[in-house]
Amino acid sequence: MLDNIKEFASEFFVTGDPLIYGADVSIGLAMIAIITVLTYFKKWGWLWREWLTTVDHKRVGIMYIIASILMLFRGGVDALLMRTQIALPDIQFLEAEHYNQIFTTHGVIMILFMAMPLMFGLFNIVVPLQIGARDVAYPFLNSLSFWMFFFGAMLFNMSFVIGGSPDAGWLSYAPLSELSHSPGVGQDFYIWGIQISGIGSLATGINFIVTILKMRAPGMKLMQMPMFSWSVLSSCVTIIFAFPILTVTLALLFLDRYLGAHFFTLDGGGNPMMYVNLIWMWGHPEVYIVVLPAFGIFSEVVATFSKKKLFGYKSMVFAMMIISVLSFFTWLHHFFTMGSGADVNAFFAITTMLIAIPTGVKIFNWLFTMFRGRITFTTPMLWTLAFIPCFVIGGMTGVLLSVAPADFQFHNSYFLIAHFHQVLIGGVAFGYFAGLSYWWPKMFGFKLNEKLGKWAFWLWNIGFYVCFMPQYFLGLDGMTRRVSEYSWDMGWGPLNLVSTIGGFLMGIGFLFQVWQIAHSIKFMERDTTGDPWNGRTLEWSIPSPAPLYNFATLPQVKDQDDWWEDKQRKQQGLPSLKTPQPIEPIHMPKNSAIPFIKSLCWFVAGFGFVFDWLFFAIPGMIGVLICMLVRSFSYDTDYYIPVDEVKRTEAALRGTN
Amino acid sequence: MQERKMRLSPREAAHTEVGHGGHSAGHHGHDEHHEHEHESLKTFGFWLFLMTDCILFASLFACYLVLHGNTNGGPTAEELFEMPGVIAETFILLTSSFTSGLAVLAMHKKNLKGLITWLAVTVLLGASFIYLEVDEFLKMVHEGATISTSAFLSSFFTLVGTHGLHVSLGLCWMIGLIFQLKRHGITPVTMRKVNVISLYWHFLDVVWIFVFTIVYMMGVM
Repeated sequence: MLDNIKEFASEFFVTGDPLIYGADVSIGLAMIAIITVLTYFKKWGWLWREWLTTVDHKRVGIMYIIASILMLFRGGVDALLMRTQIALPDIQFLEAEHYNQIFTTHGVIMILFMAMPLMFGLFNIVVPLQIGARDVAYPFLNSLSFWMFFFGAMLFNMSFVIGGSPDAGWLSYAPLSELSHSPGVGQDFYIWGIQISGIGSLATGINFIVTILKMRAPGMKLMQMPMFSWSVLSSCVTIIFAFPILTVTLALLFLDRYLGAHFFTLDGGGNPMMYVNLIWMWGHPEVYIVVLPAFGIFSEVVATFSKKKLFGYKSMVFAMMIISVLSFFTWLHHFFTMGSGADVNAFFAITTMLIAIPTGVKIFNWLFTMFRGRITFTTPMLWTLAFIPCFVIGGMTGVLLSVAPADFQFHNSYFLIAHFHQVLIGGVAFGYFAGLSYWWPKMFGFKLNEKLGKWAFWLWNIGFYVCFMPQYFLGLDGMTRRVSEYSWDMGWGPLNLVSTIGGFLMGIGFLFQVWQIAHSIKFMERDTTGDPWNGRTLEWSIPSPAPLYNFATLPQVKDQDDWWEDKQRKQQGLPSLKTPQPIEPIHMPKNSAIPFIKSLCWFVAGFGFVFDWLFFAIPGMIGVLICMLVRSFSYDTDYYIPVDEVKRTEAALRGTN
Repeated sequence: MQERKMRLSPREAAHTEVGHGGHSAGHHGHDEHHEHEHESLKTFGFWLFLMTDCILFASLFACYLVLHGNTNGGPTAEELFEMPGVIAETFILLTSSFTSGLAVLAMHKKNLKGLITWLAVTVLLGASFIYLEVDEFLKMVHEGATISTSAFLSSFFTLVGTHGLHVSLGLCWMIGLIFQLKRHGITPVTMRKVNVISLYWHFLDVVWIFVFTIVYMMGVM
């Protein structure tokens, strides 16, 4: 009996690596600490009522952001472990197998569990406030999206200590990811972790399209909408067309592994190339999904801190929408070398180059917005300023890669690694950091410390170039991606060492960001104006943090940058164009435990499928169905906030002005 | 007015309505209009969901088209498919789409009994469709044509099975809805739910026409 348990445990838990034992201990300690703190301060009820069951978009957004910062830590540690292993030739720090797992989890976590939730967090916090709405279109679904993401991410991360991590690369090409080549459970963790959170992302896409199209404040025409909301719209349109493909691809891979189907296998008539095509039909739009909202953030930041209207508003809108469409016609450029033939390659090379045109338009729009503006160099503006040259270089190396014949040299080399990190860090990460510090006061009612923020910025920015510029040259010297070891005679040592130093600089930058947040919480200065940056759009017209119902009376919009125009009129002593509206009872959705419970059921089911334990999978799926039925049968899902309460809240919030 | 209302947030639209009806309409009228807008918002979201489902089926069809020739020495479409059963399935599903339309018509006439009856007929037709499909699948498995026999059969079972799963879920949902209609009658909320499920049902019908044409007809031709 005891032997049986021992044998089970040695297979069930990941064993044999001191790094992982260390992680086991720290995970255990962190969990005990959390439970103790919550119990000691009697916070369980608070956690349940105020956070786990909330359907308030602002709180859902904050939970997204917290989760994504934790994931940034995990993905960042993965990156530094990799950089340490290849800092110099012949380092025996990680075994090849462990290295494979780490580059796989690094990629998956950074894109799907860091960039996506950070993006969704900002969507949630900003979009309803920016378009003058009281919540998103479907608050219940919104909360469900978050919990699906959360439990999907937890399932994926669990593979680290239980069962073993996936190790077939972040997109897990078949046939490597098939049972024949990856017999362990890691690949199943990959499938279910991404599948569960992917369903959440799809729902978010639908939710925000409806919110933006149907719930804008009275008078706000589409072409007066703030640019961030436009970028969210273009990103969400891309989501709803791309994510179903991911759902199908992962489901088919699962059928191959679980039921012995032959979609992507080498035998039985399967076609592995079809996997590569399908995954990139989702994968390429996916990178535009994460970068488009960053473009929106830069547009807001650059206009606010140049004190000018955004240059070329219409061209910006068209550029974003064109990028959304073109993103579906470029997927094949990820595998020019895989034998599609010259004509097919030529088509995809040209579509890829075309993307550079709308992107170039945007760059000029941002530059002209700054031209003759009164620029203030706050942290969000610094991220934006650093983004522009970084993205231009990254974009140009992208155009180099799109030249199909040349790509036979660049393909899967460190040149490519440097390129996509440059657009993803320089574009996405810088963008979301800018957004985070820009909207932080709106979320919490106080600014982040500028001095520490600037330290973090410079460490990230310098660290970035030190880390990735050498990698272009390593790629040209023939170093391919995913090598876990190389010998002295390759001559790659010095550049790799420099690159690793850059990686650690960015790591220190991250620590500064954490310090910045902690320091700002401790020494915060409350922002009583609700408009600390002298902003232009509606979210700055209400107190920070925004009350539950956001707007006591819905704003009436007359202009693009309506709040700014309103302030200008006031300054010039002109009467406001707005007529005061009477406060009425406000319709709000009730909190619900179903999203949390349903996602937990998905988690249980996913875990069951990973280990082929039907006694987990079947109850889990039944739980999901019951949750759906319970929701369908509940009719008492809303309530009204009475006028008196709204008046009292408003007086308390604005009384301090 | 309808056009304009669609663009406004539900709350604002409700507000305009109250303005028209005068404040004496009071809280109740306000509530009802609000509900109406809220429901149209949900229907719009469901249209978007159907678009994503379209992409899902499109991907599965693409896989089927790529793989349908790869029979791996196993049975081919011509040898396996028995058209009489499939044609029966097709007519049953098309009829169920018609009866779900009749249910919606009954709802617009505020005829609760007719609505529930036609929904029940739809459920029965849908269930017979599923019965025939499962029977067809079981026969194939009996003949040794399983999901793991060849890439052709993997993609066949997955595509047709995904459609069948959609129909089955729709059945559960429709039965749940019949109970809700009995309890709540025809209200803006239940009306939206009936509209949405009939949309879903027609959508599955359209997908089936593609399955019938691309998988079965082209398979035996």
